[in-house]
Amino acid sequence: MKAMHEGPLTFAEVKADDGLKAALKESRAVVIRQISDSGLKGRGGAGFPTGVKWNLAAAAKADEKFVVCNADEGEPGTFKDRVILTDFADLVFEGMTIAGYAIGARTGIIYLRAEYTYLRPHLEETLKRRRESNLLGEKILGKDDFSYDIEIRMGAGAYVCGEETALIESLEGHRGEPRNRPPFPVDTGFHGRPTIVNNVETLAWGACIMAKGAEWFKEFGTAKSSGLKLFSVSGDCERPGVYEFPLGISIAELLKEVGGEGAKAVQIGGASGHCVPAKQFDRHIAFEDVSTGGSVIVFDQSRDMLAVAKNFMEFFCEESCGQCTPCRGGCPVLLEGLEKMERGVCSATYLRELRSLGETMQLASKCGLGQSAPNAFLSITEHFDSELLGRAPTNGVEG
Amino acid sequence: MLQSDLDRLRDDIIALAERYGRERSSLMPMLQDVQRKHAHISDYAMQVIADQLGIHPVEVYSVVTFYSFLHHEPEGKFVIRLCRTISCEMAGKDRVARQLEAELGIKFGKTTDDGRFSLEWCSCLGMCDRGPALLVNDVIYTQVTPQRVHEILEECRKSFGIFAPQAKEVH
Repeated sequence: MKAMHEGPLTFAEVKADDGLKAALKESRAVVIRQISDSGLKGRGGAGFPTGVKWNLAAAAKADEKFVVCNADEGEPGTFKDRVILTDFADLVFEGMTIAGYAIGARTGIIYLRAEYTYLRPHLEETLKRRRESNLLGEKILGKDDFSYDIEIRMGAGAYVCGEETALIESLEGHRGEPRNRPPFPVDTGFHGRPTIVNNVETLAWGACIMAKGAEWFKEFGTAKSSGLKLFSVSGDCERPGVYEFPLGISIAELLKEVGGEGAKAVQIGGASGHCVPAKQFDRHIAFEDVSTGGSVIVFDQSRDMLAVAKNFMEFFCEESCGQCTPCRGGCPVLLEGLEKMERGVCSATYLRELRSLGETMQLASKCGLGQSAPNAFLSITEHFDSELLGRAPTNGVEG
Repeated sequence: MLQSDLDRLRDDIIALAERYGRERSSLMPMLQDVQRKHAHISDYAMQVIADQLGIHPVEVYSVVTFYSFLHHEPEGKFVIRLCRTISCEMAGKDRVARQLEAELGIKFGKTTDDGRFSLEWCSCLGMCDRGPALLVNDVIYTQVTPQRVHEILEECRKSFGIFAPQAKEVH
């Protein structure tokens, strides 16, 4: 089974299970220190330092701990995890095993989104092979005090379950409604036990770092965003697909690589990310500037940015879990506002009120979904207001 | 539903409860398996699952209705889910949607009268570089054109066997 990606990927160069072998030779503390030293940050988009997360879970006292691989890749425009799971499933499981060793877990769970059910047989097969090679199971690679196995659990079509506490709720058999944080999953996670939830790509990089060293990883990227990152590029460009670039790459450079020069705007970070207009293409994709989980959607000059904003708001209206008021109530109001603009009946005053509502949602929503739901609306209304107001109504319907 | 069908459903659920363990975290895998085999999760199924796990049936109902891939109404044998998110929209999902409606004679959110096809929207399928994308049950189709829609549906219809009556065209 082969997925498509453009250009060489580091994941293909790393020798199988070098990272795991290296990790098992070291103490748990050394493994965590190496991950911390590399500066690896969560590749799902939130950018939390992986070493810190592992360290907190390792330090927590409990009879049982869990490693969860977040394969609920639902962010619009993101498909790198699908490619990783298709081509480099071993590396992901290796990373999960290293994480299990580092924090002292016996069980790993991969939460695979329902939309990727077709990957399940391939993943089951890979797990079976790893069990047969003693890379999973009892006393892994002859290490007396390390037994570990991985199970696959399926999602059921809810974007919000990509949020780590919602994911845990779903694993426990509840609605995927995010929890209040704190307490964080590193001390009160799955079944109330310390749990680390890491993105597919983060775990794969963890395995690479154990194989090639923290110094190697830090050669790439910027001081605050070290290392390489996979990008899922789609939209109006000549060569859409999955690319590997160091963090800190400018948007203009990236567009050149994918054949998207002349774009009008780029959505970085998917529906929950920001829309960057052409005049800001010198900005850098890194945690300290424009942050992303890897989604890059290119819009050419012909695209109507109002239609783009509307599509994103429809997405959030559909995917909001409905638990907290700012998100449940706010998303439909922003969508109605966009529909008013479509009909040409939105005043500048009302637009200002909508923007203020968006800012309230960013502050008052309970989880990352609600806090980021207005991002696309706010960035598009900020940069493309000339396109939005005073439009002639389409399809002849007067507001 | 016949009593014998209900008994079979009940036996299936008890077997699942034994397999996954009678605890709350077994709920999702049980629901997914019941749906795969019985095409939906009926009120009766929810009651039996609740009994097996020692929770109130309303808890089961609340979970079933939360997730877009779980259904408490009967679904078609083939559930077609077309991605409506931005990249697929830009790649022309609207025309594919219109063609699907035309071929099946139903609107999105509906099931054909013969119970063969359900048509649904879904959020990003992770095929943004190869849109428009749709899922037929668990099978993914990418770069779908309106011309290919008929082909995809014919492929599904074949599974009903050569003696199955051809679906009547609805215009």
